[in-house]
Amino acid sequence: MNTGHTQQEIKFSDESLELVRNIIARYPQGKQKSALLPLLHLAQAEFDGWLSVPVMDYVASLLSIKPIEVYEVASFYTMFNLKPVGKCLIEVCQTSSCWLLGAEDIIKHLEKKLGIKVGETTKDGMFTLKTVECLGSCGTAPMLMCGAQFHENLTIEKVDTLLTDLKTEGKRKTYLDEVKIDKY
Amino acid sequence: MGKKLLLEHDNVPGIQGYDVYRQMGGYASVEKALKTMNPNAVVEEVKKSGLRGRGGAGFPTGMKWSFLAKPDGVPRHLVCNADESEPGTFKDRYLMSRIPHLLVEGMITSSFALGANTSYIYIRGEYYYIVRILEKAIAEAYAHGWLGKNILGTGYNLDLYVQVGGGAYICGEETALLESLEGKRGNPRIKPPFPAVKGLWERPTVVNNVETIAAVVPIVNNGGDAYAAIGVGKSTGTKLISASGHLNKPGVYEIELGLPVEEFIYSEEYCGGIRNGRELKAVVAGGSSVPILPKHLILNTAAGEPRLMSYESLADGGFVTGTMMGSGGFIAMDDTTSIVKNLYTFTRFYHHESCGQCSPCREGTAWMEKVLHKILDGHGTLADVDLLWDLQKNIEGKTICPLGEAAAWPVAAAIRHFRTEFEEFVKNPTRIKDVKHYYRLNNLPEPVM
Ligand SMILES: Cc1cc2nc3c(=O)[nH]c(=O)nc-3n(C[C@H](O)[C@H](O)[C@H](O)COP(=O)(O)O)c2cc1C
Ligand code: SF4
Ligand code: FES
Repeated sequence: MNTGHTQQEIKFSDESLELVRNIIARYPQGKQKSALLPLLHLAQAEFDGWLSVPVMDYVASLLSIKPIEVYEVASFYTMFNLKPVGKCLIEVCQTSSCWLLGAEDIIKHLEKKLGIKVGETTKDGMFTLKTVECLGSCGTAPMLMCGAQFHENLTIEKVDTLLTDLKTEGKRKTYLDEVKIDKY
Repeated sequence: MGKKLLLEHDNVPGIQGYDVYRQMGGYASVEKALKTMNPNAVVEEVKKSGLRGRGGAGFPTGMKWSFLAKPDGVPRHLVCNADESEPGTFKDRYLMSRIPHLLVEGMITSSFALGANTSYIYIRGEYYYIVRILEKAIAEAYAHGWLGKNILGTGYNLDLYVQVGGGAYICGEETALLESLEGKRGNPRIKPPFPAVKGLWERPTVVNNVETIAAVVPIVNNGGDAYAAIGVGKSTGTKLISASGHLNKPGVYEIELGLPVEEFIYSEEYCGGIRNGRELKAVVAGGSSVPILPKHLILNTAAGEPRLMSYESLADGGFVTGTMMGSGGFIAMDDTTSIVKNLYTFTRFYHHESCGQCSPCREGTAWMEKVLHKILDGHGTLADVDLLWDLQKNIEGKTICPLGEAAAWPVAAAIRHFRTEFEEFVKNPTRIKDVKHYYRLNNLPEPVM
């Protein structure tokens, strides 16, 4: 199994640890396991966009639960990556409303531009391309998500601009990023 | 113009923030409920309003609230379902991101009615940016004394938290949602016991959709009777419709229940007709789970009455010629749409989202996806269409949670209304890609191209 991270480097920042304490305080005494999903999001954002086994073990230790309780949850939910991903995870919706308005063309274009297939990561580790199911943006289809940001009413040109911007920025995009909210 | 209760102030600049929201009359329902009513009186108003759950099932909210068990010394919870993952549905996202305080206000008033002192909003992980928006609104509500200890000096305490999911449609099912909120896999629970008796951490719990909770605000402000006066028959009040697909003006619309479907699709006030001057072919009226209807049956019932946007009218004709209100996810398809391919995107979705606990759902959705894929690839046979029909029949009614039916119904309806298209596809896989072919198939006038 790819363990990715080594045990030594795995510790939340002080800021995150403070947040962890606040999150656990949202639940009754003894129900700290409820904090698992929020903590996994936090861990994924802090440790390179994916959950390695040592990272999951660390989360288990923070919540005083067994590692298996973390693995079984992390593997259930689509948003948790159990393998390394590129700095920008591009998730294109492929369900009905987006398909009706050309999601397939967007996906094909992305594959061509990035030189990878859906599910793969570019050699430079910059982009991972994924297809996902309805993200609740059907009225502004087709759409994709990168980090926490929704990119809506996509056209081929918009996709090109986005890729250029992301490359120039060169930063990892996470769900915890601030986002600019599109006017519908 | 139809009456607006939830989106009345949608276009007021700054409505996302506390000050403007308050200026526009925000938090009045909390003042009214906490200062002048007792919890049961609030429940009574909601009962009188006839409000039905906006999450999809349409169960009367007041009745659901009155089922909540109240054993001594056991805390109760209100959990808002903001998982919104039914394909075609995006109204909750719209409401939360634009008028977050409306949900916060609704949560406070509703929690008071139910005697809950800790409430949660469970939101799908992909809406992470809205978590920020909600948390800001909640912080503002705390700062102005609407949340926390001894609210408005009435002795009522309430804490409100946002819980984020991890990307799983099934967590919209209320018992799976509660499992997820407990930090587990989102496997639906076997009912009974119902959440009203044993819910979150085995405590009595009410789970309600975002829009349902928001509707409590105007109900308390204006009274249940005033709400019930809007709409038609047992479909009272207003409903948010998420309109998508081949429409000129897709988006979220608040409609008075009872609006004719034809007006909703074609009038300039709403969707403004079909894109590029094309013909409407079919509509999925209430999110991916509800039966698809061809144009003639969505505009009129089988008896020839105009079809209305109401629970009863949409369901008129049962599954043979009718459909359901569902979540209000209204997907319109023009005459270039392949019903088979559209169905494939739905079936792929259900296969992906099946939690895997029950074999009919886990295996059935996988097989339906495979068979549809085979047909789309041009290798289907006529027997495959019958096989699809059998597969969906063998899921329906045989599973722990309704995701099984949600996966079966779209397949059944597509075959029921568009069987000829499946057969044509099987017989002639390449010709089906020809747009004009749809016109001939559906007896529509030839398009001018
Ligand atoms: C597979 C499945 C997915 C569901 N997804 C949602 C959802 O995303 N949002 C929602 O409010 N209700 C959803 N529901 C319905 C909930 O189980 C529940 O009935 C609802 O939240 C109750 O709220 P309401 O009475 O206010 O509608 C779903 C049900 C099923 C079976
Ligand atoms: S019907 Fe499907 S989603 Fe629901 S419990 Fe069974 S396997 Fe899980
Ligand atoms: S179908 Fe793509 S966002 Fe809903």
